[in-house]
Amino acid sequence: MTINLEIPKKFKPLVSQANQVATEVFRPISRKYDEAEHAYPKELDMLASLIDGMNEGSDIGGAGAAGVRREKSDDGENRNGSNLSTVLGIIELCWGDVGLLLSMPRQGLGNSAIASVATEEQLKKYGGKWAAMAITEPEAGSDSAAIRATAVLDGDEYVLNGEKIFVTSGDRADLIVVWASLDRSKGRAAIKSFIVERDNPGLKLDRLEHKLGIRASDTANFTLQDCRVPKEALLGDPEVKEKGFAGVMETFDNTRPLVAAMAVGLTRAALEETRKCLKEAGVKVDYDKPALSQHAAAARFLEMEADYEAAWLLTLQAAWMADNSKPNSLQASMAKAKAGRTCVDVTLGCVELCGAVGYGENELLEKWARDSKILDIFEGTQQIQLLIVARQLLKKTSSELR
Amino acid sequence: MTTTTENKGMAERSMGYGLRALNRLAGSDLLDRIRIRKGVEKALFQGTKNGFKTATAAGRTFKAAQSLGKPARQKKGKSKGLFDLTPDDEQQMFQEAGRSFAADQIRPAALKADEDRETPKEILDQTVELGVAMLGVPEELGGVMTEQSAVTAVLIGEALAHGDMGIAYAALAPGAVATAIGLWGSAEQEATYLPAFTGEDVPAAALAILEPQPLFDPFALETKAKKKGEEWVLSGAKSLVARAKDCELFVVAADAEGIGPALFVVESGAKGLSVEDEPAMGLRPATTGRLLIDNVKLPASALLGEGNAKAKDYAACVNRSRIAWCALATGTAQAVLDYVIPYVNDRQAFGEPVSNRQGVAFAVSDIGIEQNGMRLATYRAASRADRGESFAREAALARRLCTQKGMQIGSDGVQLLGGHGFVKEHPVERWYRDLRASGVMEGALLV
Repeated sequence: MTINLEIPKKFKPLVSQANQVATEVFRPISRKYDEAEHAYPKELDMLASLIDGMNEGSDIGGAGAAGVRREKSDDGENRNGSNLSTVLGIIELCWGDVGLLLSMPRQGLGNSAIASVATEEQLKKYGGKWAAMAITEPEAGSDSAAIRATAVLDGDEYVLNGEKIFVTSGDRADLIVVWASLDRSKGRAAIKSFIVERDNPGLKLDRLEHKLGIRASDTANFTLQDCRVPKEALLGDPEVKEKGFAGVMETFDNTRPLVAAMAVGLTRAALEETRKCLKEAGVKVDYDKPALSQHAAAARFLEMEADYEAAWLLTLQAAWMADNSKPNSLQASMAKAKAGRTCVDVTLGCVELCGAVGYGENELLEKWARDSKILDIFEGTQQIQLLIVARQLLKKTSSELR
Repeated sequence: MTTTTENKGMAERSMGYGLRALNRLAGSDLLDRIRIRKGVEKALFQGTKNGFKTATAAGRTFKAAQSLGKPARQKKGKSKGLFDLTPDDEQQMFQEAGRSFAADQIRPAALKADEDRETPKEILDQTVELGVAMLGVPEELGGVMTEQSAVTAVLIGEALAHGDMGIAYAALAPGAVATAIGLWGSAEQEATYLPAFTGEDVPAAALAILEPQPLFDPFALETKAKKKGEEWVLSGAKSLVARAKDCELFVVAADAEGIGPALFVVESGAKGLSVEDEPAMGLRPATTGRLLIDNVKLPASALLGEGNAKAKDYAACVNRSRIAWCALATGTAQAVLDYVIPYVNDRQAFGEPVSNRQGVAFAVSDIGIEQNGMRLATYRAASRADRGESFAREAALARRLCTQKGMQIGSDGVQLLGGHGFVKEHPVERWYRDLRASGVMEGALLV
């Protein structure tokens, strides 16, 4: 028999390492950087080098976003590769702290984009640098095709103009991957991504946001004013083609399971803490006894843990499909939708179950209930995921189902 | 009007009189004032029902063929240590056979079977040919599977329930008894009962755990087994037993004196055993009945495992049943999804397909997402059971998901068809009724 939905044996050392990092590095400074918003978590520098080491030279991949390039496997053999290992690593690290994971040098979403679509030359030039991702604009959130930022070719350079908001680690990163349109009259086909060095004089930091949660992670807003980048800074194919945007969006098939993994890790943290709290209060969760014959808190816990289990499995499924070169756009969105809403429901539910202990700042439960909300928003909101799932299930185009 | 009344036969009129009297009694304040209404209603209910109470089926004689000396068991499954969602070749074969049988035979028969409260014999016979009754029978005793078969049973259950959950229940129920005996029976019990499940004439049989009380807990049974000398004496009632009146063999859960919850092998025809009809909201093709156990005397050898079965085996039985019901819920939920997609794409309102609206489309997304989660959780629990790993947690979580999301999917299936979902022209109202069962049922099926 082959159906097996457990953590692969070969990834157990990685999971255990990531868990140690979460326990020994993230958790002890979790509250500190929640309070000191915008302060740089310098503790992460050493850790980042360590993770670079983990990423190098093996198909085991790392704990971050460097390893989501699609691998070809045509031999029909079952593969457990970097998509799965990355997801498993992220789950553990986000069990530690989501904000700190997002602040990990060289593990940004921009790195994902570069790793996924860059040419060999681009990989050589930009490899080893920290890349943030700038998509959202004040007037274009989920509707990324409505982007107003422009890129105009001028000799050997593109000239970028526009405004970008909600750039995770935007101030700390070395590079910003900026989405801009080559020709606004051509719609989404003309949207391309460009690598901009952080010290480019045309890239002006407007401000850092004050947020509900993931406060350890900086969120920057920029203005691009006649920002010139070399022609070679364009990621992917420079031609304006119908399918071009689909290529850009493909990045998200790879990164949605990663965000789902963040939500899954955070959800598990809240459940584990709550299980302890309930035990201290004399409530034990029994898996044999029917839920409704148990304490109401235990029944509620079981309900939340069941949603967690589904989110965990959907996330692993999406990553496993990517590892085996199966189209997973549907499953990636299912995972993101389920994990995102579960994370919010569970963390808020855990605060309720633990009462004042959960709500107070002595424990991390209240922080997790604040951190969770963004996971149902960025990388495609709940509603966008439902839209993607619906279009796939109903076989509808984006003009039929808007 | 008076003439029609006069023309009615005597019997009909007397029934009318009876009803009128009954109505007068029911409307009386006196009954409420003295708080006996409940009791009277119950007495009436039992009065009508007892008329249908029958002895259990006569049944065949089960005789031990050659005993192996020690019980035969299927081997634990092995894992390559990799995450994998692909069933093996053998499992795919079962799955495909189950799927085409469900599509060609079960689904077309489902509406009538629901109305008749009976699954056609040909369908039951054909599922026997699929091998569903012997999945849990060890190879030494004529079975076909060398390794434990929970995942295989899940895949088949899911496939058959895509056709119809009630028919799947009727067809799979006997296999639960064979699997229970194959997993925990003594050598003697295996030799006595299992050969019947590997032939063509598989007996109707039932694993009876559920009891007719609210908040039923399979670990706090009302059915008691008292020790009397060398014998066990069982008393109690078991609910929603598939094909109860035809069953030739039961495995009954009872709280055994000095042991706690345990399983007993009970042959039909035993003195004190009777069956009454117990129709329910759904699962109607399974002709559910209530098994009444009134001081039924059993030999010491009736205890499943003959003293070697442990408390954890009983818990495993309860949890394996839950996984089986999850499989059925997953298959039925998939049927809902597959049915509503073309419907909402075709159905026009306000000049376009209703599926062009997010309110409709998102409901379809949620069915897809939750159903996928239900399936994965069920597979995980079953595969852990096959490998001999702990699976109580995974089974409990799968059950929670399948109970809650399954019911929601049943409800949304009807909702998406609007008024058309409420009428029997479409199967979604049946699935609505059936999907409620997965959180209610305990025992009855086994993987």
